Amino acid sequence: MNMQVIKTEPATALAKPPVASVALAPKQAPNYDKYIKAAKDAAARIIPPLIVFALLMVFWELLCRRAGSTLPPPSKVYQDTKELIFDPFFDRGGIDKGLFWHLSASLQRVAFGYSLAAVVGIALGTLVGQSVWAMRGLDPIFQVLRTIPPLAWLPLALAAFRDGQPSAIFVIFITSIWPIIINTAVGIRNIPQDYRNVAAVVQLNPLEFFWKVMLPSAAPYIFTGLRIGIGLSWLAIIAAEMLIGGVGIGFFIWDAWNSSHISEIILALFYVGIIGFVLDRMIAGLGKLVTHGTSVS
Amino acid sequence: MTPYLKLDHVDKVFTRGKVSSEVLKDINLNLGKGEYVSIIGHSGCGKSTMLNIIAGLTRATIGGVILEDREVNSPGPDRAVVFQNHSLLPWLTVYQNVRLGVDKVFAKTKSRAERDEWTMHNLNLVQMTHAKDKRPSEISGGMKQRVGIARALAMEPKVLLLDEPFGALDALTRAHLQDSVMALHQKLGNTIVMITHDVDEAVLLSDRIVMMTNGPSATIGEVLDVPLPRPRQRLELASNPVYLDCRKRVLEFLYERHKFVEAA
Repeated sequence: MNMQVIKTEPATALAKPPVASVALAPKQAPNYDKYIKAAKDAAARIIPPLIVFALLMVFWELLCRRAGSTLPPPSKVYQDTKELIFDPFFDRGGIDKGLFWHLSASLQRVAFGYSLAAVVGIALGTLVGQSVWAMRGLDPIFQVLRTIPPLAWLPLALAAFRDGQPSAIFVIFITSIWPIIINTAVGIRNIPQDYRNVAAVVQLNPLEFFWKVMLPSAAPYIFTGLRIGIGLSWLAIIAAEMLIGGVGIGFFIWDAWNSSHISEIILALFYVGIIGFVLDRMIAGLGKLVTHGTSVS
Repeated sequence: MTPYLKLDHVDKVFTRGKVSSEVLKDINLNLGKGEYVSIIGHSGCGKSTMLNIIAGLTRATIGGVILEDREVNSPGPDRAVVFQNHSLLPWLTVYQNVRLGVDKVFAKTKSRAERDEWTMHNLNLVQMTHAKDKRPSEISGGMKQRVGIARALAMEPKVLLLDEPFGALDALTRAHLQDSVMALHQKLGNTIVMITHDVDEAVLLSDRIVMMTNGPSATIGEVLDVPLPRPRQRLELASNPVYLDCRKRVLEFLYERHKFVEAA
């Protein structure tokens, strides 16, 4: 009520004695400004990419509209894939499923393989960072193994596991573990001697030292490794799924290519990009949350 | 009287590859219970090494440290250290930093509630209860050092080791904190070993001042008694002849007989 009065007739509102409305007036102004500022900031971040996106779409449309172009323009992509976009949840058995199911199958594989890589990677990284002998023994091996391309592991994994699912998970694991190991090791090696001294004086046992000093101190490094790892595992799963088949966004793309549904490939690529971006931001956000206050000493 | 803390013929040789350098040579020092002893010397004379040997963070090459008739050669909460750069864990709050030590030392002897109370009690001793939920990055340098002192005190150490505790602070904060430490020593009667390179600080706070010769092979050059009654008042001491005499003798030792020689 009062607010409305102020908006329409500020003079009368101020003339009235109630303290509340008088107090409200100066309080409201900065708040209002704050919202405008926040909106402006958001607009400054959102509008430029939107403009560029729109321009790219127009350019693409013009480029691919001509007769005989090999790729469809965006308008055709939209028409061809309308069904897939608006009904991602259908399931007609086999691999004839909505995109949601394909994506969730891929994400599940990544979740398994990546979680395993995170646990094993942090453990191995801690070992290598803490022990000079472990570093001397393991580091050269890691340096060689990490250069092997993800897909090169797939045949070996298929031979070992004789099944697509564990093989795909293994490829994720082996792809994403190296940056996690290496960054964790660097983080552990960089724990300030001061913190070690504190732990020694307080007489923390090795387990307490690991949880209470090592992990938090190395967390910024660990999260750098985790972030690189999630990116790599998302790269690897698409490629691996193309080869192992079954439900999954990678095979969806391959299948679309085999049936010449180019529009579906483009839609799938769009989703893959968005999900990769979200995964990266999720790990970055988690890192920010966990390492709050760690970087400043 | 058997000494409370005894450094018995301590030598320290650092060896890197084929080069070995003797940092400390034949250090003998006895401390009584409740005594406040400062170790002063030019930088590089091995004062910090000596403190680390008492703390157990570094092992003596020859000789050893005896605390209450038992040799100590590994770090432990009975010789709590206040580090030069506070060394608070930045991901823990002020309270958690103190509580970390309390939880370890009193794991069996105090209940959870008692440990909480004891943590707060020690924060209260250094007047830091108001900032208990702040992180180290959110408080000033002097406050951080107060928390460092609280953390050490909370472990109920037999000997409190201060490694240039006020070195990184501005002069006013330093004076304020020196007064706090003096008051705490008065109240709790801790045995304290303090490393310093500040002559006034050494005379103001100590019962005895251990003056180190220059390294390499540094050793104890002279031990000076400071026969000033406690409690001491900074302002009154400024013109006290005993204070001035002690100050003069430390200065003479440091700047006449054992002048610091750059890169000798």
